[in-house]
Amino acid sequence: MIVAELKEIDEIRKMIDRYSSILVVGCDSCVAECAAGGARETQLLAAALRLSYLKDGQKRIISEACLDRQCVDDFIDGIAEQVPEHEVILSLGCGAGVQALARVYTDKPIIPALDTLFIGETQMRGVWTENCLGCGQCKLGYFGAVCPVARCSKKLMNGPCGGSKGGRCEIDPETPCGWDLIIRRLEAIGELDRLGEYVPPVNWSTSHSGGPRRVIREDQKQ
Amino acid sequence: MKTESLLEKALESGKFVVTAECGPPKGADTEILIKKGKSLLGWVDAVNVTDNQTAIVRMSSLAACSILKQLGHEPILQMVTRDRNRIALQSDLFGAYALGVRNVLCLTGDHQSFGNQKEAVGVFDLDSVQLLQTAHDMRESGIIIGGEAIQGPPQLFVGAAENPFADPVDWRVVRLGKKVRAGADFIQTQCIYNLSRFETFMTQAKDMGLTEKTAILAGVTPLKTAGMARYMATKVAGMDIPEELISRMANTPKEKQAEEGIKIAVETIQRVKEIPGVAGIHLMAIEWEHMVPEILQAAGVGNRPPEVV
Ligand code: SF4
Ligand code: SF4
Repeated sequence: MIVAELKEIDEIRKMIDRYSSILVVGCDSCVAECAAGGARETQLLAAALRLSYLKDGQKRIISEACLDRQCVDDFIDGIAEQVPEHEVILSLGCGAGVQALARVYTDKPIIPALDTLFIGETQMRGVWTENCLGCGQCKLGYFGAVCPVARCSKKLMNGPCGGSKGGRCEIDPETPCGWDLIIRRLEAIGELDRLGEYVPPVNWSTSHSGGPRRVIREDQKQ
Repeated sequence: MKTESLLEKALESGKFVVTAECGPPKGADTEILIKKGKSLLGWVDAVNVTDNQTAIVRMSSLAACSILKQLGHEPILQMVTRDRNRIALQSDLFGAYALGVRNVLCLTGDHQSFGNQKEAVGVFDLDSVQLLQTAHDMRESGIIIGGEAIQGPPQLFVGAAENPFADPVDWRVVRLGKKVRAGADFIQTQCIYNLSRFETFMTQAKDMGLTEKTAILAGVTPLKTAGMARYMATKVAGMDIPEELISRMANTPKEKQAEEGIKIAVETIQRVKEIPGVAGIHLMAIEWEHMVPEILQAAGVGNRPPEVV
């Protein structure tokens, strides 16, 4: 899923202060799972904004809504009636959700309330970790299902750098060394032999380096 | 001889080889570089010119190599993959050779978060092993990545670094093997303070037949102060300084610590000299380049008068 975090209210206000009516729109998918932009967080943000404007003695119309998925056309229609009544949409979707709203509601400013961070997993309650960079050519099969692209700070393909110490990455003692994880995993499944081979330079053209990507499936079009 | 490298020549001769690090200045001041270079002249077989070490912006390694070469040094161009993609790296390999550089040390580089440009993008298009293979393939097959033939392939003597003290321990020598297979003609190690771990590493390397395929130069860095020892032990990536060395420095009066640090370096050199498979040393006297002659003399390694050409 996509993991995101709520921006500071001051930063949000800097972007929306110029509007008099605001529609706060959440997304009940990924960003709900990471407790950043679901229905609950949408209510909380709307309430916090009301309070913040009240404290400053400023008037604003603030309404709220939450879509099941902000990045899918069929769901985006769900706010079609509320949109014309507001000057701006404050989106608690990920970057994709924000841009999907902008594509559909062409005459409306859309402001992001979240910082979109990464593709990751919920490791435990309150802990989300990054583990995929969407490189477009999944190599997990060779690395014991631990991604060297996303989980090594230097995207190394041929083993750990000299900074790996006690299972931690050189950049920060809180960050596990992705390569330490790879080696332990391969050891556990008896496939350490996979690491002896030289891994040639990665083809980054299937990643974002090849420009914005899209997938077209004729069989899925109706 | 695979190349015209004077480092290769020195290694081939079978003598105990000495390389030293020479960090370019934080700016365009050539005086500083020339001063450092002069203090090493006649004492080393080759100088390593660092590439924006610890992610701090400095004069480009290639430019500094060229200046040191004019001074009479045999430069080793250090190249990290952190800052440049494969287009820039390969282009710089061409350029370096065209300017007379005959040695390259392929590195990944410290992460940009260590330096003075923490907000920079980390490129890491290639890793150090891939860069090594690239430089090797240029020399042996006359090609760049992807297989295209090139005009005037650089004939570089290619090296890599290895850290015997990083984790996972058993993996270090496997990685060394990988680097040797990718074409490492020489290896320069991380600074050695934990001699027993280094000995284990060398035994493993020897058992795997790696010391016959590559020349291993043992890394030595003199400690200046007890503070530096503690800082390196805790803050510098991949460093292993045993507690007893730190207390040896700490128990020395402040004004004598530098002297003690040099003594430790000299002892280290004398010990690694006796380890089978060690082809020489790589001295990294960071911002202390002028001490190199004294250390080498005390260690009984002697000087290296420049070749008369
Ligand atoms: S290899 Fe690529 S697709 Fe697979 S997890 Fe890593 S970044 Fe994602
Ligand atoms: S310490 Fe590990 S995760 Fe960090 S850059 Fe080095 S190999 Fe990658």
